[in-house]
Amino acid sequence: MKTKNQSSFSSKYLLIAIVVVSVILLGIERFTDGGGPLRFVAGYTVIPMQKGISYVGRFLSDLTDNFETLEDMKKTNEKLQTKVDELTIDNTRLRQEQYELERLRELYKLDENYSDYEKIGARVIMNNGSNWYADFTIDKGSKDGVQVNSNVLAGSGLVGIVTEVGPNYARVRSIIDDASNVSAMMLSTSDTCMVRGDLKLMADGRLYFEKLANNDNEIEAGEQVVTSHVSSRFLQGLFIGYVSDVKVDSNNLTRSGYITPAVDFSKLQEVLVITTTKQDMLADDDESAEGE
Amino acid sequence: MMMRALKENNLCFGGMKGMDDFMKRKLITFLIILICFLLEGSVFHRLSFAGIKPNLLIIVTSSFGFMRGKKEGMFVGVVSGIMVDLFWGSTLGFNILLYTVIGYMNGAFQRMFYDDDIKLPIVLIGSSEFIYGLITYGCVYMLRGDFAFFTYLVNIILPELVYTILATLLLYQIILLINKKLEEEEQRSASKFV
Repeated sequence: MKTKNQSSFSSKYLLIAIVVVSVILLGIERFTDGGGPLRFVAGYTVIPMQKGISYVGRFLSDLTDNFETLEDMKKTNEKLQTKVDELTIDNTRLRQEQYELERLRELYKLDENYSDYEKIGARVIMNNGSNWYADFTIDKGSKDGVQVNSNVLAGSGLVGIVTEVGPNYARVRSIIDDASNVSAMMLSTSDTCMVRGDLKLMADGRLYFEKLANNDNEIEAGEQVVTSHVSSRFLQGLFIGYVSDVKVDSNNLTRSGYITPAVDFSKLQEVLVITTTKQDMLADDDESAEGE
Repeated sequence: MMMRALKENNLCFGGMKGMDDFMKRKLITFLIILICFLLEGSVFHRLSFAGIKPNLLIIVTSSFGFMRGKKEGMFVGVVSGIMVDLFWGSTLGFNILLYTVIGYMNGAFQRMFYDDDIKLPIVLIGSSEFIYGLITYGCVYMLRGDFAFFTYLVNIILPELVYTILATLLLYQIILLINKKLEEEEQRSASKFV
């Protein structure tokens, strides 16, 4: 009887000790960057394992892809060929316009900061295992030039922003995460709005936008939304998605609605990380302004 | 003389063996947590229904709690919590606290646990998962000013609960089997020296 009592007492004390330590950790988090040595160790132990698993997964999915029939391939090939033709025509037209644009820009003496950013490719090695967050880990880190607040793209659309960097990994928060806020604008009218991720919309992969001024500019479904020029963390002109639904708010001053993102967040495998952040760019601008 | 030497040797060996068993158990427990963690971040992302994945770590924490008692439940809870906080969470400490308490609470039901009964494990794992969902909502979303509790209940907490219970049916059997094997081995090595 006595031994039983003792063991239950000691486990009670152990529980209290762990609770106290956790609460202290929670408190400390406010003042430090969190993790520290623990995160460092984990970065060198768990991340390589995760890389291995995602490698095996890729290998298996490649293997199943190999079993696609020739007929399917032919059909896809045909489709792609017509697409290539279409795009070639488009491309020549766009290039002509590009020349024109360059000339006009020169006339206007606009700097071409925003035309192309330096990017590196990265693989998604781990998704968030809880259903409450939408973030993922990639296999490139500070060694490859990834920084906190680096913007992340997949295909042509914006995926998210780097929130945490280790030497060989980085954590990216998707724009569909509930805590994500992106300052955006309508491409045609340049009206700014806020694009918010929403846990309730995460399952359908949709986004919510709000605070779009209710002015004379008509916004219809299908309108393209890009990151805005006023954002302090997102580079200008990154494509977010298409407006799928818009309505005037009850205050009659603003409009809100839904956006279908350009990226399919459920099947992310490879992403592109822009290594220059907006802060870098702003700092550069300041320096050059001072130089002049 | 010879006998005594042998006995001493045996004793020493027995001590080593006990230590070995302890380490082996801790190592295997840790491996189970690690594997579940890795699977949840990769494979179960593909197996998710409507963006919902089961919570494997709750299953592991809870089942070690009621199978092995409060201390082991807490140990598993702390390790799972650290993993979740470091890689998936936003603040270090929150999930450690949550998983540890869940492990401890499940440990209190150790006396009611029998190997061949599946009802108690499902009820315990189910309620642990439900409590986990409620507290996560309360501490992360409600404190942020999001009071749409019902939407979260229907869209996240309940689907996750159902999927976790489905996953329990499989994963719990595996954990039970591993635990049985370990216990048999421990008894065998313990009875050798009595």
